[in-house]
Amino acid sequence: MAIETLIWLIPLPPLLAFFAIVLFTRQNRALSHWVALAGAGLAWLASMLIFFQVIGSEDLAKHPLATAINWLPTGKTWLQVGAAVDPLTAVTLFFVAWTVLMIFIYSIGYHNYGQPKGDHDHAGLPPHGAAAKEHGHRVTVMSVEPMYSRFFALISLFAFGMYTLVVSNNLLTLFIGWEIMGLCSYLLIGFWYARPSARDAAVKAFLTTRVGDVFMLLGLAALYKITGSLNYSDIFGSTTVLMQNSGILGMTWAGLIALLLFIGTMGKSAQFPLHVWLPDAMEGPTPVSAMIHAATMVSAGIYLALRFFPLAAMGWEPGMPLTATMTVMATIGSFTALFAATIALAQNDIKKVLAYSTISQLGYMIAALGVGAYVAAAFHLLTHAFFKALLFLGSGSVIHGMEHGVLHTGEHVDPQDMTQMGGLKSKMPVTFWTFLIGGLALSGFPLVTAGFWSKDEILSGAFNGGQWVVFITLAVSALLTAFYTMRQITLTFLGAPRSKAAEHATENKWVMTLPLVVLAVFAVSAGWVGIPKGFPLLGGILPDWFAEFVGQMVRTAPEGGGEGHGSIVPLITSLVVALGGLYLGWLTYRKFGRGQSDALEKPLGALYAWLRNKYYFDELYAMIFVKPARWVAETFSYQWIDRKLIDGFLNGVARIVWWLGERLRNGFDLPVINGAGDVTAEGTREMGHWMKGMQTGRVQQYMVVAISVVVVLIAFLIYRYSG
Amino acid sequence: MIPLSWYVIVAVAMFCIGLFGALTRKNAVAILMSVELMLNAVNINLIAFWRYLYADPAADPTRALAFVAIVFVAAAAEVAVGLALIISAYRQRNTVVAEELDLMKG
Amino acid sequence: MPMQIFFLIIAAVTLISAAMVVTVRRMMHAALWLVLSLFGVAVLFAMLESSFYAVVQVIVYIGAIAILVIFAVMLTRHMMDDTGRQIAKNWWAALVAVVIAFGGMVVLVLSWSRFQVGPGTAPSELLLLDFGKALTAPNQFAIPFEVSSVLLLAALIGSIFIAVERKGGQK
Repeated sequence: MAIETLIWLIPLPPLLAFFAIVLFTRQNRALSHWVALAGAGLAWLASMLIFFQVIGSEDLAKHPLATAINWLPTGKTWLQVGAAVDPLTAVTLFFVAWTVLMIFIYSIGYHNYGQPKGDHDHAGLPPHGAAAKEHGHRVTVMSVEPMYSRFFALISLFAFGMYTLVVSNNLLTLFIGWEIMGLCSYLLIGFWYARPSARDAAVKAFLTTRVGDVFMLLGLAALYKITGSLNYSDIFGSTTVLMQNSGILGMTWAGLIALLLFIGTMGKSAQFPLHVWLPDAMEGPTPVSAMIHAATMVSAGIYLALRFFPLAAMGWEPGMPLTATMTVMATIGSFTALFAATIALAQNDIKKVLAYSTISQLGYMIAALGVGAYVAAAFHLLTHAFFKALLFLGSGSVIHGMEHGVLHTGEHVDPQDMTQMGGLKSKMPVTFWTFLIGGLALSGFPLVTAGFWSKDEILSGAFNGGQWVVFITLAVSALLTAFYTMRQITLTFLGAPRSKAAEHATENKWVMTLPLVVLAVFAVSAGWVGIPKGFPLLGGILPDWFAEFVGQMVRTAPEGGGEGHGSIVPLITSLVVALGGLYLGWLTYRKFGRGQSDALEKPLGALYAWLRNKYYFDELYAMIFVKPARWVAETFSYQWIDRKLIDGFLNGVARIVWWLGERLRNGFDLPVINGAGDVTAEGTREMGHWMKGMQTGRVQQYMVVAISVVVVLIAFLIYRYSG
Repeated sequence: MIPLSWYVIVAVAMFCIGLFGALTRKNAVAILMSVELMLNAVNINLIAFWRYLYADPAADPTRALAFVAIVFVAAAAEVAVGLALIISAYRQRNTVVAEELDLMKG
Repeated sequence: MPMQIFFLIIAAVTLISAAMVVTVRRMMHAALWLVLSLFGVAVLFAMLESSFYAVVQVIVYIGAIAILVIFAVMLTRHMMDDTGRQIAKNWWAALVAVVIAFGGMVVLVLSWSRFQVGPGTAPSELLLLDFGKALTAPNQFAIPFEVSSVLLLAALIGSIFIAVERKGGQK
């Protein structure tokens, strides 16, 4: 089998796993998770094979490993769909395959496989414990998730969507994968559907990303109209057509389309102002948060942005002023990075902090693209996927341990509330160390974490491109990132336990901690494939493989100057903000005790309430969009139009028809038609009765009649035909 | 010289008398006799035509005679069968009155 | 001239006897009037120079058929044959029809000119011999001859079958 065919097969195992679980193995938990694991594992295997096959290829960007088939006939040509692996696809496949597989394995433990069924568990609500005997006395232990198989089916479908998006060679199948992931995101955020907050969060996520998708579709339509194709190779080859002025806002077609597609990315990757869905999406189970909102779905938005970067940057060379679209991207990206980081400072829910952190980091990547630092953005995407997935899974591990403590002690605390945690370092060591590694990577701890290398590249790209505003914004965000990360780690793991539940928290099984360890390894080492040449001391020891490999995608020289950074300022900046932020965070929170108010409350004053409530954006949107929409739906459409107008019309029609039918029946049908029938029957009977009199049975009478008739007939004939 | 028409008229008259009898008489045997009259009228007709159109080149004299022979035979056969029927009906119904043989009534 | 008068007398006899057949009450009388009528017909045959058939008429019709009829009359005599009305109720309808038929046919006959001819050449003496040959020649009238004999046979058998007295039910 040619290696090209293998590309098609990457998305296939998870899809088959989805169908198998839905149709066949729903009742059997073990079989379901084995089927799902097999699907993810096969996809992982195929991805690794492809990856290691292509990294040795020369000039992969120009000649990607590709196959295509004709799909829809459109007039004279065919709409082709296919799969292609170029450098961007290859590295994306790498991290997607690993993170997805790790999350699948983790989910087995997170949903408490092997535990007894809950006492009062209902499908649609999170499991809350089963009575069991432990050490001789009755305790409540974690119970297995009632909808266990459904979860694995949904994440398999989701994996299929992501793989499809990654391996496709055209925007159409990318969009298909995009939408499949959107659907699965909706289903998985609302996984515990009996909870109103989960249902609302799912709808919110879907609708918000939909807004982005509408514009994305417009972009796709425009692209198809202008270039006649949706294949990457065709699109990026039609520079002349795309460089024409569109007449809208003075942008070229390329710029306009890139802007529309960027709005799609804004929706999917939760950039301002479409960021509101991501924090609420934490209603879903933690593996979902890890996979969808760290490693894959939000990364898909960035992947799309990376894909259409040539459109956004069409006509731009390093050193020139940025194009309009790039400016928009840089602005929104950097603003979002800062904006989200400030909100994360004031959150007490462990997952919400990570959610805002994700939004902030995605802003980094977008900003990097906006200033033209393509390789840096791709690099950060890769490293962020690993450490963010690690952080989310780690937080899930913490929550899981806290839940165990909650059930054990019967205390009613929110297992996700960081102010109730503390001292978990000794209770859950593996979780602590892996979480620490992830947090340091997020903050950009120098040298030994992957995040350092990628963040440094972004800052260099901004600095060397001369984008001061972007640079300073990103630097401040990096400071805040380090601060709130250390805040999170300190509150959660260090110090003394602040609640009984935290005291009784325990480490989780290997099913959950093994993925943490694997991801931690990547969080440390993934950065070493992209050490820039110009780095003091260490540059040049390991080749900057990443820049060379992925840099083929853009045919410009690696930006920011590959042969030596122009200046050492970015490096110093990133060291300062990272280490400084970490230290400040630890300092501020290490003495946080039970029931204390947050240390930032007093200094920030009124601003703290704003941060806490996410700048009241949800309330703003509720007022502007949600309430009117509800009014239109409930009052206008339903009451007025649907019930009064349409139903009234239909009822009126029905009444008229009824009346008409009745008149026809009584006025015409019964008298005329029935009457005619009756007259015919009765008349025939009467006539027959009368004619019966003729049948006397006497032959002589018959003969008299016969002779008479014959005589008359013959006379008539002779009269007619004689002479 | 007796014109052909006289013979034909005689035949016609006899036929009509026989017809009247067939339609009118009550007794079945009388009806049979009337039928014999009709057949005889036919025979007269045939022989008359044979005699008078004998010299016509298109006429075949033997053909006419054969026809008459057949009529004789048919008459004889019909009388035999008819009488047998009357006897049989008489046995069944104990009547030979045609009016009372009205099984086909209604 | 004499032939015409003779013809008229014979015709009158025949027709009057026929009328008596259909009107007299007593069946025996009717049968005898039938015999007289048949005799008249035989004479007419002889006048038409068909001596063969005149004789055949007497032998077959009078000698066989009329006798048969007389037998039938005698066999059904004790049944109400001579009492009650002999003519059906609606005899006038039949009379009207018949009179009209007769009138019509007479008009027809008299209006066709061909019927006014006189007799043509006399039949040859050897006609009877020819007739006999014709009756047995396969390309002439052998088949009708045979068929008519079969008809007679069937009639015979049939009449026996119909008239035979069933002894205790089926035959």
